[in-house]
Amino acid sequence: MKVLVIGCGRTGAAVAKGLEADGWDVTAVDESEDALLRLGAGWRGGFVLGHGLDSSVLARAGVSAVDAAVVATDGDNTNVVIGQVLQKRHGLDRVVVRVLDPARARFYAERGLQTVCPTQTAISEMLEAVRTGQLEPAGPS
Amino acid sequence: MYVIVAGGGKVGANVTRSLLEMGHEVTLIEQRAERFARLEQEFGPIVVRGDATEINVLELAGIARPPELLLSVTGDDEDNLVISQIGREKYGVGKVIARVNDPRNQPHFDLLDIPMTVCPTSSILGLVEHEIPEHGLVRLLELQREGLEIVEAQIESNSPVAGNRAGGLSLPDGARLISVFRHGRTELVEPGTVIRPGDQLLAVVANGSAQQLRSVLLGAAKS
Repeated sequence: MKVLVIGCGRTGAAVAKGLEADGWDVTAVDESEDALLRLGAGWRGGFVLGHGLDSSVLARAGVSAVDAAVVATDGDNTNVVIGQVLQKRHGLDRVVVRVLDPARARFYAERGLQTVCPTQTAISEMLEAVRTGQLEPAGPS
Repeated sequence: MYVIVAGGGKVGANVTRSLLEMGHEVTLIEQRAERFARLEQEFGPIVVRGDATEINVLELAGIARPPELLLSVTGDDEDNLVISQIGREKYGVGKVIARVNDPRNQPHFDLLDIPMTVCPTSSILGLVEHEIPEHGLVRLLELQREGLEIVEAQIESNSPVAGNRAGGLSLPDGARLISVFRHGRTELVEPGTVIRPGDQLLAVVANGSAQQLRSVLLGAAKS
């Protein structure tokens, strides 16, 4: 199974490595070569330098043959636009998009985009921790 | 008419000024502090400070009324797309016009159903193509009342008229060669003037026949 990870910051790089460990054929896309540092010396997946809205970059990353995509650049609007392009132009069903703004995450989730909102997660967990006096132990890093 | 303008750069500010002069009600959204201060000085309390892609900022600007027209004219194409989508699909704004900064993003606007877009780069390129339809022929002057144009053609060695006498050419109706500039001097074209590579020809041509003249002087258009 092939997956694209577009935007390789802390989150994207960790997701890319996790999927590769699961046996996925991963291609990472980022505008900066610094992303390769985050992927680490042991990175065996693909890497394409460029912007995820650039159709030639997507083509080089093999978009026509992928089964899933993770979109986690540092821009919410960039992410939702790339996510919709992957869904609508490339017919990809399994697209997960990071959106930091909870309101925009909700709006695009209602429109059929799978959004992950770390801000909403933090809000919920903090509320829960204060209400119950306990914090769920953090997962493995 | 109530209009929300998202993005107070040159485009947004000038459009706002014109809309106000036309008597429309406008709210202008600008995020950058310095730019906002200047806009507020000029336009007063109709300027809202914030990120127009945030739903609460759009609501503060009155998106829920909703406006008759929403202009997404920031310098960022993804922002313009998101503002347009939120306006149309969440608040039912009837007319949305979006600015496309990078013409390569035009397909994304089409894909996401933003029907009215303005791309200054494409517009300028369109004008260039109109004014200079083919390489080698430049429109210098248009005499609108007379229905004539003055054009300049650069003759190259592969031009079909190179080596021919001006009197023997079959030019389109209404076209005349006026002068030839060669070796730093201009000469009037006589029937016996031989056209040579390197010549710059000035010609007068009826409006609409410039293309025909071009193919006589310079050959078929390269595609």
